Amino acid sequence: MTNHWVDIKNADLVLIMGGNAAEAHPCGFKWVVEAKKHNAAKLIVVDPRFTRSASVADYYAPLRTGTDIVFLGGVINYLLSNNKIQHEYVKAYTDFTFLVNEGFSFENGLFSGYDAETGTYNRSSWNYQLGEDGYVKTDPTLQHPRCVYQLLNNHYSRYTPEMVERICGTPKEQFLKVAEMISSTAAPDRAMTIMYALGWTQHSLGTQMIRAGAMVQLLLGNIGVSGGGMNALRGHSNIQGLTDLGLMSDLLPGYLNLPGEKETDYRAYIRKRAFKPLRPNQMSYWQNYEKFHVSLMKAWFGDAAGKDNDWCFDWLPKLDKMHDVLQVFEDMFQGRMNGYLCQGFNALAAFPNKAKLGAALAGLKYLVVMDPLATETAEFWRDFGEYNEVDPAKVQTTVFRLPCGCFAEEDGALVNSGRWLQWHWKGTEPPGEAKVSTEIMARIFIRLRELYRAEGGAFPDPILNLSWPYRIPGDPSSEELAREESGKALVDLTDPMDKTRIIRKAGEQLDGFAQLRDDGTTACGCWIFSGSWTQAGNQMARRDNSDPFGNGQTLGWAWAWPANRRILYNRASARPDGTPWNSKRRSIWWNGRMWEGSDVPDFKADSNPAEGMGPFIMNPEGVARFFSVDKNADGPFPEHYEPFESPVGLNLLNSNPRAVNNPAARVFKGDREAFGQSKDFPYAATTYRLTEHFHYWTKHCRINAILQPRQFVEIDEDLAAEKGIKTGDMVKVLSNRGGIKAVAVVTKRLQPLVVNGKKVHHVGIPIHWGFKGLARKGYLTNTLTPFVGDANTQTPEFKSFLVNIERA
Amino acid sequence: MIGNSNDLTRHNAFERTNHWIVAVCFVLAALSGMSLFHPFFWPLSLLFGGGVWTRIIHPFIGLLLVASFVPMFVRFRGFNRMKPADWDWIKRVWEMAQRGDDRNMPPQEKYNGAQKLIFWAACAFFLLMAFTGLAMWRAYFTFPVTLVRFAVVIHAAIGAVFIVMIILHIYAAIWVRGTINAMLYGTVSRAWAKQHHKIWYRQMTER
Amino acid sequence: MALQSLDIRHRSATTTPSPSQRRTEEVAKLIDVTTCIGCKACQAACLEWNDIRDDVGTNNGFYDNPPDLTASSWTVMRYSEIREGGGLQWLIRKDGCMHCQEPGCLKACPSPGAIIQYSNGIVDFHEEECIGCGYCITGCPFNIPRLSAKDGKVYKCTLCSDRVAVGIEPACIKACPTGALQFGTKEQMRDYARYRIADLKSRGFANAGLYDPAGVGGTHVMYVLHHADRPGLYSGLTADPGISPLVALWKGAAKSLAAGALGALVLGSFFHYVARGPIEISGEREDEQEKEGDAK
Repeated sequence: MTNHWVDIKNADLVLIMGGNAAEAHPCGFKWVVEAKKHNAAKLIVVDPRFTRSASVADYYAPLRTGTDIVFLGGVINYLLSNNKIQHEYVKAYTDFTFLVNEGFSFENGLFSGYDAETGTYNRSSWNYQLGEDGYVKTDPTLQHPRCVYQLLNNHYSRYTPEMVERICGTPKEQFLKVAEMISSTAAPDRAMTIMYALGWTQHSLGTQMIRAGAMVQLLLGNIGVSGGGMNALRGHSNIQGLTDLGLMSDLLPGYLNLPGEKETDYRAYIRKRAFKPLRPNQMSYWQNYEKFHVSLMKAWFGDAAGKDNDWCFDWLPKLDKMHDVLQVFEDMFQGRMNGYLCQGFNALAAFPNKAKLGAALAGLKYLVVMDPLATETAEFWRDFGEYNEVDPAKVQTTVFRLPCGCFAEEDGALVNSGRWLQWHWKGTEPPGEAKVSTEIMARIFIRLRELYRAEGGAFPDPILNLSWPYRIPGDPSSEELAREESGKALVDLTDPMDKTRIIRKAGEQLDGFAQLRDDGTTACGCWIFSGSWTQAGNQMARRDNSDPFGNGQTLGWAWAWPANRRILYNRASARPDGTPWNSKRRSIWWNGRMWEGSDVPDFKADSNPAEGMGPFIMNPEGVARFFSVDKNADGPFPEHYEPFESPVGLNLLNSNPRAVNNPAARVFKGDREAFGQSKDFPYAATTYRLTEHFHYWTKHCRINAILQPRQFVEIDEDLAAEKGIKTGDMVKVLSNRGGIKAVAVVTKRLQPLVVNGKKVHHVGIPIHWGFKGLARKGYLTNTLTPFVGDANTQTPEFKSFLVNIERA
Repeated sequence: MIGNSNDLTRHNAFERTNHWIVAVCFVLAALSGMSLFHPFFWPLSLLFGGGVWTRIIHPFIGLLLVASFVPMFVRFRGFNRMKPADWDWIKRVWEMAQRGDDRNMPPQEKYNGAQKLIFWAACAFFLLMAFTGLAMWRAYFTFPVTLVRFAVVIHAAIGAVFIVMIILHIYAAIWVRGTINAMLYGTVSRAWAKQHHKIWYRQMTER
Repeated sequence: MALQSLDIRHRSATTTPSPSQRRTEEVAKLIDVTTCIGCKACQAACLEWNDIRDDVGTNNGFYDNPPDLTASSWTVMRYSEIREGGGLQWLIRKDGCMHCQEPGCLKACPSPGAIIQYSNGIVDFHEEECIGCGYCITGCPFNIPRLSAKDGKVYKCTLCSDRVAVGIEPACIKACPTGALQFGTKEQMRDYARYRIADLKSRGFANAGLYDPAGVGGTHVMYVLHHADRPGLYSGLTADPGISPLVALWKGAAKSLAAGALGALVLGSFFHYVARGPIEISGEREDEQEKEGDAK
């Protein structure tokens, strides 16, 4: 989230699209209700299904699954062509005026630089025109045909209300009603928040859907302001913490990233990431990259990391490609792996195409599962009849199950969607032989280190030199780990302005990332968490909910990264001259000497507005980007492509057979063949969660099992009548990858949509059942889903695929 | 037992046993029913082992009661056909009660008009009580609530009327000396028969 | 769960006053269906606080689960899909005991003290006094109490009388994530409802209103409805509930009259006997019979 849960109460308009907050985030949804109750806010829900969120919405509009970019592109077009944008904001705080490279083009569904052989883009042309001074050329009049505004206008002129109706199936008047409501927040004193979740991420063009939403918000001036923002509703209590700590194949903690396989030179590695400002007087905060990186290496390798060995740069893995979960399972499936350590992850249930996953796991020599529950993954080899047909005799994989505690059985911080690190205390000890995950990992590490020490091995250095300063080596405490992530001084640190003044003594906790150094005198395990545990103590454990400005920022409650800021880019909540756009919801402002306000300024605290520093300090441009240059794999502007399994089968926005689906998405050999066609599988399917359950965990819990005991699928009344299905009947749902059986819930909440003159039905498939647990046994929904992910994040396309349905 | 050989046999042993089974069941059903009927009678539930046992037993007693009435019905229905003389007799009941004497009453068959009426009323009441009782027997049956609501009202109202009727029945038996013997020992004296059931007396003696 | 014993307004099958020295303020739960998202947290909280567990059932083609109130599910969410004028509404109502000011269950109950109404308005079943007759089910205008097949007792929402007695809100209120469930004094809840209704009217729900039906003297569980003119839309919420006239007849004055009549009849019979004496067979007729007998 750019903002946070409580801040949603400040919104004048809430758009829930690509998510279903009431269903999947009922506790956070209370802030939507607060906004409605106390701020007269209106709620719009745009979703293929009339959801629980829609049940309390002021306006609902349906759309076909996977077509969100068309809808949002239509909104962008509406805002631009009806002059419903916040002009001063976009001109000052975005790249509207920037001139784009002449080489960049978009033709018939493809951006410039496409290589049909590899299915990837050469992104070199996706860039700015730079002047002699090294800065981006701009045209403040916005007249230049190569300025971002003109390109944007041009790109989205194709996204007309008629096109929205043709592709999304949203009736034109409903689309226009939504667009009109949204456009009302272009006024500086009105804010809209967008709440989205996996309904946007789980598409082959998920990243671009989110970008499209962010572009709408930028046009309206809703980024950085209280009650606005792009708010990703994270799907697990600590999935934000997972990304923050860099548990991705290409990331290091704090959104630092691993070098590529060609990046063997340390200086070049840093240079490429420490972006220089692209406009005058800009902060370009990533210029400090090396400070964060060196501090991380000092936290990891301690004294072994020194200037002479480039802070152990050579010990970092060099990436040949993304090793995301889909890639890992592809490797496993191809027999290129022999072991897998599965921690807190029910892969068989949670990833697409169960048949492929099961076959992949069966090819392993060993599988280690760390989990509090008996997961389907841990029992993939066991025969559960129709739910998991396996011949155990044919599976040679040895499965080790290491029972671990759950979140309530350990101390620690969870990072919520609003980036708050909230410390919690364990309620009880793990039962029986279960141990908390850190203890299990630590013990495995110590055993491995002994083996490396005794036997050598191919590359023992990073293992043998890993800093392991914990009081009980086999059981590092949460406090020790949290302090390490926050960071400490390794020597007495002096004030750079006044060398005689010591700001932190050796061994003391740091106050924040501003104190990090690139000379090896500080250690910090995750720079964005720096300041979460200072010398004054655990900031995450704070529980002061005083709210002096009445806008819910509560700076004394827990701790938010970065630097306890509650709203990112909050400089944009004030005009270029430093006065708030909205005097009733002030975030920060310039008091003539420095920035102050109800939030911690996300800005250089003493930068006079006259200097013209932009609010988006992490971007070298200082402003927000409509044109994302070369940052995304699939284009600088969001463009609609059909889901890989589309009920329409063609992309009405272009006539290019290469550009029906996302041309830059990665599809493994064999998986493309496993895609189904609409002639065999005519119905659009989408998977989702229900409030009564959490993923595949709560089916192990009696009360949740009582509240939603049995697997079901949802279909509209029209389709039900056509197929002779009555509510409560058993039905079979088939995709090209497998089939499931479930109870049919026939509902008015789904309705057929007319897409390009043809009726499209949706089949809604909740996920929560499996062959383990207390709820009635069911099929893993991912038996049906396709093995393809977003072109940037490789998040699987769980939300849009094709099925057929028949009475069982 | 040893009685006067001149006495007339009014009820045989089977009939008497049957009657007393019905009577005992009725009393038990009435007492248990009354305990649920009004808080005033709640202590009666102690006779049955408390409220829960009362609730459990009452319907079964009721079932037994109705079942045991069936042979009585079969046996006695012939003697209970209403005739004009019966109605005459009934019209003058109040007069009889006031005078405390029945000698001026019209001659009666084996059963007088009031007895016959009680018989038929009991038949109707048993039927109604059985059906309404089943409807409200929630331990085993669930009927639409409106039906149950009708049933409870009917069950309670008929129950009350039935008890009134039976109290009158009992009082009549006490009031008219020699009557209880008819049900205890089966016989009545000829004088009793002649005074209270002249027509029956004639039938019995003229044979 | 008799944590309260000094503040009883009514006690079933009891004709004398109950301990009522202490008077407490009337409380109420307000269910704002217009902000309810049907998440069933209240159902879960109810199961947890009361430590009851229903069976793991099945899916009957609806979201409603368990599909109906049971002796172990004292509250359930009921979902209805209403399409009117092109727009769909998914009306979700938390169903459970309404805690009537004039409770039909209490009126119908024959067992002294099995149903209690506290002065704060909560209608509570004391299962240890329950005889299992199910009269409360017959008496209830909202079809709430459920007879347990396991123990022959009747169960329903207690409005967490145990929690309220010690000054905390019912478990469902505590669990409700959106604030659709509110708890306080009845007056506070009426005020809050007015605030909500004004908001709903501003959003075009001209018939928004409070459901606090007069037919049962008002309830201590109230609804804010978008369509207060048509409560039936909400999975058949009774439009104008009241204690059925049949139940009133059954448990009303007629019963006392009947009881009195029975007593009077017994007494009347006795005094008739005293006053008029039994009908004896007259001596002359006896003699006559003797003679006839001898003649034979």
